[in-house]
Amino acid sequence: MGMSLAFHIVFAALGIGLPVLMAISEGLYLRTRRPVFLELSKRWSHGAAILFAVGAVSGTVLAFELGLLWPGFMEKAGAIIGMPFSLEGFAFFTEAIFLGLYLAGWNRLPPFVHWLCGVVVAVSGALSGIFVVTANSWMNSPSGFKIIDGRITDIDPIAAMLNPAASHEVLHMLLAGYVATAFAVAGIHAFFVLRDRRNDFHRSALGIALALACICTPLLIISGDFSARSVAKLQPAKLAAMEANYRTQTGAPLQLGGIPDDESRTNPYALTIPRGLSLLSTHDPNARVIGLEEFPRNDWPNVRLVHWAFDLMAGSGTAMLVLSLTVCWLAWKHRGLPDGKWLLRALVAAGPLGFLAIEAGWMVTELGRQPWIIYGVMRTQEAVTPMRKIAVPFAIFTVLYVFISVVVFYLLRRQFMKSDKPVPELLATDA
Amino acid sequence: MLELIVAGFMFVALIFYAVTGGADFGGGMWDLLATGARADAQKNAIDKAIAPIWEADHVWLILVVVILFTGFPPAFAAMMTALNIPFTLMIIGIVLRGSAFTFRKYDIKSQEVHRRWSTLFGAASFFTPFIQGLTLGALSTGEIRVVDGKLATGFFAGWLTPFALACGLFALALFAFLAATYLTVDSSAEPDVQNDFRLRALWSGSALAPIAFVVFITSKDGAPAMYHGLTQWWAPLLVGATLCFAIAALTCLWLRRFVIARAVAIAEVTLILGGWSLSQYPNLITPDITIFNAAAPAITLRLLTYALFAGAVVLFPSLFFLFRIFKGQKS
Ligand code: HDD
Ligand code: HEM
Ligand code: HEM
Repeated sequence: MGMSLAFHIVFAALGIGLPVLMAISEGLYLRTRRPVFLELSKRWSHGAAILFAVGAVSGTVLAFELGLLWPGFMEKAGAIIGMPFSLEGFAFFTEAIFLGLYLAGWNRLPPFVHWLCGVVVAVSGALSGIFVVTANSWMNSPSGFKIIDGRITDIDPIAAMLNPAASHEVLHMLLAGYVATAFAVAGIHAFFVLRDRRNDFHRSALGIALALACICTPLLIISGDFSARSVAKLQPAKLAAMEANYRTQTGAPLQLGGIPDDESRTNPYALTIPRGLSLLSTHDPNARVIGLEEFPRNDWPNVRLVHWAFDLMAGSGTAMLVLSLTVCWLAWKHRGLPDGKWLLRALVAAGPLGFLAIEAGWMVTELGRQPWIIYGVMRTQEAVTPMRKIAVPFAIFTVLYVFISVVVFYLLRRQFMKSDKPVPELLATDA
Repeated sequence: MLELIVAGFMFVALIFYAVTGGADFGGGMWDLLATGARADAQKNAIDKAIAPIWEADHVWLILVVVILFTGFPPAFAAMMTALNIPFTLMIIGIVLRGSAFTFRKYDIKSQEVHRRWSTLFGAASFFTPFIQGLTLGALSTGEIRVVDGKLATGFFAGWLTPFALACGLFALALFAFLAATYLTVDSSAEPDVQNDFRLRALWSGSALAPIAFVVFITSKDGAPAMYHGLTQWWAPLLVGATLCFAIAALTCLWLRRFVIARAVAIAEVTLILGGWSLSQYPNLITPDITIFNAAAPAITLRLLTYALFAGAVVLFPSLFFLFRIFKGQKS
């Protein structure tokens, strides 16, 4: 399941981000009538189509896997959090329908209606992300039910959807989808601009992607801070593991990196910033921060993995923030698309960072919740399928996913490579 | 009452899946079987018919699943445990079918590559519906037992019986028939290709009768509860009506009334699925799990019903729009 999700989340994030780029570009075309924007939105829509199809099939796998791997969990949780999944089903349905219209409707729909279809794709992509993430945040902060004598009663699916962790997770994930897509796309086109400075196609693409990145990255970091402070309240053990903070203390230091050691409860080789943790998690440098020692040993998550994953996410986030601020500053200074050699190289290097951060962030959320599958209510052990030999389907799915990833990568690469040719020629061959 | 409404929605979603998503699988089968001088033209017609809609069609299945696990969580848990193996096989088939179809469209480097994706697409289109029929059949066998909320039978119960296998075959033939019938309408611009699909529809439609008979015969031992259902008073009416529609569909195909044939074929499939679900009502997993003892608490069912109504209000106009643009006036 973890693996299917780690695979799916890449397509999900692109499914949230790419339609936005596509709709912006077509909007620009409608305003300026420059063919390069039209061509760009067509290319991006092809990308969206490939990714959407794979996202759809991997999402189907997930829907079944919830039951195939976690029947115990679904039996208890289905009635409580089935709602957001059903709503996602509809959001997804809308997305599929309008993407179909968008892809094949270039010549059959009036331009403005066609553009609106693109907007609907973008909106329903975001909605589908929002709905599923509420289901996940419910696992982190279960609400909307009572447990009396071990039985679940007083179910309230609406309250479950609006659980306390929903707002920070939804906001953070949505922005992460935009940022990761924007940086990945910017990286690809920066690569081609490096090769051919005057290529209008790649310059326009880079411009649109960077605009999205510059708007969303600072917001993402702010929302990350909001997430950290909610986690401090809702799941103090997760926060302690994220920060490798074993002891409860006032004026707690922030530790970057290091090798957390559960036995000695220390984190050797870490870079320490005095009072940093207290400052970040409460905005007060002298605040008291709860450490892992407050929790029974068997309620600890895997501290090393969670801490490292968190540092990876926050590190990538900081790097992207620095980069996007630099881009803003240069764009303002030169009144145009910044295209310095080193900046472009940095953008190429930063291309994968967003997705790295997404994977790492999910590791923080999911591993940080262990050993619980529903925080404080059900342990992962109790939920697992009685089916033995899970390793066989696991191996099959791994092979399948690797295979599909390779093909998708290769196809997308060609979609972008094709645009090496000058635009008019391209339009001619495409028609 | 709420249980019935939610189960009704699930049933409707299943029918929509069969007549849309099922036909897309059928299209894949005919793609693999495309032969003769017009093989490429046939493949082209299939591709054009499926490409804009298959993802939307596919979502009906997801809808069935989410309604099942929201509305009837214990049934979902039991099905996914007991039929773990066939469901895993089915999702592998779904993954391969969907990605092979997409890759075939965008991987246009050479004929050789194109052909390989086509083969995979076609093979997965055969495999997946067979497993789907088989799993649906397994639910009716009565061999999957749930005692005190725990699955009492192993991972091989039900789905390897002759009855389940016959159901798998039936699903194959049914989807092939549906697809060929739709394709006669879609290929109206090319009379030769249209005639190819007409013959295919006639063949596969006729093959349905003997397979249905095998299903019925095997159900006597293989799915006694269902057999019992099919011998009740209303059964001859339903079976008779289904038979009439089947003959009408074939006749319309014969007489080249393709648009009517399509409508009649859809009605035929609806009746078949209706008969199947009536004959095992109210069981979800015969005989232990019913829509009543597996239902989620009333509040969940009520909210789910609202969500489904609201969803339908968004969905049907959009779907109508999609089909009108692509299936209506040909530009
Ligand atoms: C582009 C991706 C990206 C970037 C740059 C960041 N994050 Fe993040 N983060 C995610 C992508 C992400 C995510 C993958 O989207 C997660 C997983 C679950 C979620 O809600 O968002 C996440 C989870 C997540 C959580 C756990 C939430 C929970 O378990 O409830 C915290 C505390 C943070 N993040 C904090 C930060 C901070 C302080 C960042 C900045 C320096 C940061 N994130 C940058
Ligand atoms: C809506 C979103 C999600 C839901 C409902 C969800 C649900 C679950 C469930 C039920 C488990 C079972 C516990 C377990 O395996 O131990 C789990 C674990 C896990 N999930 Fe998620 N998940 C979601 C998102 C993600 C994403 C996007 C990723 C990865 C990128 C991810 C990675 C993992 C990993 C690695 C585990 C294994 C943890 C462990 O076993 O130690 N999850 N998740
Ligand atoms: C544009 C965004 C997304 C698209 C197009 C997409 C696509 C899909 C599809 C088609 C399904 C099966 C449909 C369903 O079950 O309702 C699905 C299920 C799922 N998705 Fe996504 N997804 C998106 C965003 C996300 C995000 C952001 C996450 C979580 C981190 C996620 C996690 C899941 C999970 C856990 C399931 C299985 C749950 C279920 O049965 O509904 N998805 N997704």
